[in-house]
Amino acid sequence: MIKRTLAACVAAATLSTAAQAADVEVLHYWTSGGEAKSVAYLKEKLTEAGVGWKDFAVAGGGGENAMTVLKSRAVSGNPPTAAQIKGPSIQEWGELGFLSDIDSVAKANNWDALLPGVVSDVMKHDGKYVAAPVNVHRVNWLWANPEIFQKSGATIPTTWDDFLVQAKKIQDAGYIALAHGGQAWQDATVFEAVVLGVGGPEYYQKAFVELDADALNSATTEEVFRVFGEIRGLVDENSPGRDWNVATSMVINGEAAMQIMGDWAKGEFTVAGKTPGVDYACVAAPGTSGSFTFNVDSFAFFAQSDADAQKAQQEMAKQILGQDFQKVFNLNKGSIPARLGMARDEFDSCAHASMDAFVSSSQTGGLVPSFAHGMAVPEAVSGAIYDTATNFFNSDQSAADGKAQLIASIQSAM
Amino acid sequence: MSVSKAKKPMTLESLLPKIVLAPTTAVMLVCMYGFMIWTGALSFTKSRMLPQWDFVGFDQYAKLFANPRWDVALNNLVVFGVLFIAVSLLLGLFLAILLDQKIRLEGTLRTIYLYPMAVSFVVTGTAWKWILNPGLGLEKLVRDLGFENFEFRWLVEQDMAIYTIVIAAVWQSSGFVMAMFLAGLRGVDDSLIKAAEIDGASKMKAYWYVILPILRPVFFSAIVILSHIAIKSFDLVQALTGGGPGYASDLPANFMYTYAFNRAQMGVGASSAMIMLMGVLAIIVPYLYSELRGGKNGR
Repeated sequence: MIKRTLAACVAAATLSTAAQAADVEVLHYWTSGGEAKSVAYLKEKLTEAGVGWKDFAVAGGGGENAMTVLKSRAVSGNPPTAAQIKGPSIQEWGELGFLSDIDSVAKANNWDALLPGVVSDVMKHDGKYVAAPVNVHRVNWLWANPEIFQKSGATIPTTWDDFLVQAKKIQDAGYIALAHGGQAWQDATVFEAVVLGVGGPEYYQKAFVELDADALNSATTEEVFRVFGEIRGLVDENSPGRDWNVATSMVINGEAAMQIMGDWAKGEFTVAGKTPGVDYACVAAPGTSGSFTFNVDSFAFFAQSDADAQKAQQEMAKQILGQDFQKVFNLNKGSIPARLGMARDEFDSCAHASMDAFVSSSQTGGLVPSFAHGMAVPEAVSGAIYDTATNFFNSDQSAADGKAQLIASIQSAM
Repeated sequence: MSVSKAKKPMTLESLLPKIVLAPTTAVMLVCMYGFMIWTGALSFTKSRMLPQWDFVGFDQYAKLFANPRWDVALNNLVVFGVLFIAVSLLLGLFLAILLDQKIRLEGTLRTIYLYPMAVSFVVTGTAWKWILNPGLGLEKLVRDLGFENFEFRWLVEQDMAIYTIVIAAVWQSSGFVMAMFLAGLRGVDDSLIKAAEIDGASKMKAYWYVILPILRPVFFSAIVILSHIAIKSFDLVQALTGGGPGYASDLPANFMYTYAFNRAQMGVGASSAMIMLMGVLAIIVPYLYSELRGGKNGR
């Protein structure tokens, strides 16, 4: 995710051996510590299989820079072999006719059985696989510092109403209740948790994935904004502009009690030498224990004219869904594997909880795409939701006004 | 024969400058005016992620002006533009007049005031972000000194954040304006001031009635330069506030970048770019007009 660490870009290390099929050129924005390690493993696997790796890392933001580069490369008729693209953007690229069909690899390796339906749907365009998923992030996590809870006599909340009560207790005890960074995407991440916790997965699906006008215009939306508005007072005054990992460190250092953030936050706890269940607690965000907002990273494959390049591309697709890669990559990144039925003993308890919720929520309908992380709606619409959420959270707009602005801005973005 | 022989070197000589300038002219035409026209055309299409050529008339402009974020950006531009230009001018002029009093160490002082100009807006923005952050900078400093109730938290307040951008931009640019005025003041004929003094004008009056009117062209160029800095301001906002809190300190350039490149709304982005272009033209055209007319009058 958004880690503005400067790239330790692996310089295009194309070790040419005699038996090489062709190179794959891979555009990605995984440049920070753990992420770079994860990508390096894919390179290793491909080199073993005789495919050369040309690294094309574009650092910065949530991949905005990478996407700008990708657009210019694609328009000039020289796209990379594969690029890190996710969610509905895959469909947009598919519609423009840039993507290549890797259905033969998918059939041969039985991807339909390996991947949960919601994930494979995102990877397909026109019923054919055009992308391969590497991981599943759960976004609706609440990270808590148990010590602060103990000292202030609060309990870890399971509903949003309870959250507001407990947060008050924590504030009275002199701590910051919620560690939060005032950046649009973080505001949207909290907003998303409130939507899911207050409205439930069915409402979430209707209003924020299908963008159903009736659902958006319902009383539930206003209630969502009411709760979201209450959270304004639980955040410290210096939050605007703060990066997410700085907010996480406030929970680690015992300044703040909670943070609502996806499971990439776990990496910060791990680096600080903290143990899950002892030094910190990972629980589902209030009211969302049966649900799972997913954020799947994936590589989309671009059409290649050269036969050798096509072969290398297919080899890459095969490796990505391989057990080895899925395990090592996700251990490094803090997420869980995208394919089902993998050995899980090397993962920690938070990852186990995430895996269980992933499977159970996929049966109950609680598995929903994250709109705050570009999985649910096109960029234009998620941008409109970002604007509304961040503007509401930073002003003293009423819940009714927030709802009205949400509806208006979603309409103008469609 | 001899005539044409004599002509040939002449032609080459007269052609040479044209040949040498042709590539730059071509690049200018394509890269500046060509892309302006292209952007203008794009603003009438329904382009989203990539350019598409389905024309939809003024739809994108309608969308743009219905967008509350654009409203905020335009209002901010007015607030920022007016304050930034006015304060930079006044402060720059004031500093220039003080420096013009034939003081000691003038060179050193001039360098100190000019120095911020050598720093890029990104650096200025980042430094001021730290200075103005209530938990890190000025507010904490004054509170630590014992003034417990001191408050200065514009950076994190929605309706005040735009003024922090004015502060940083003025800090950066007023030294430059000072240098322009100083050059202007040096060009003023001493005898004029002497004459004013003999007529019994005080120093204040001499400046107000005699020197400032002479500096009119300097005012003009300073305003033109500052106003186009104001309109294209992007990096300062990005570094200082990131457009926040919320999108309260967005300027049109930030809006344009976000919509065209991050939001897959190229049409809206292009139309906002056209509005910005019109803003620049509204300033430049009258300026050029008056300059060219001045030229004709044989200055």
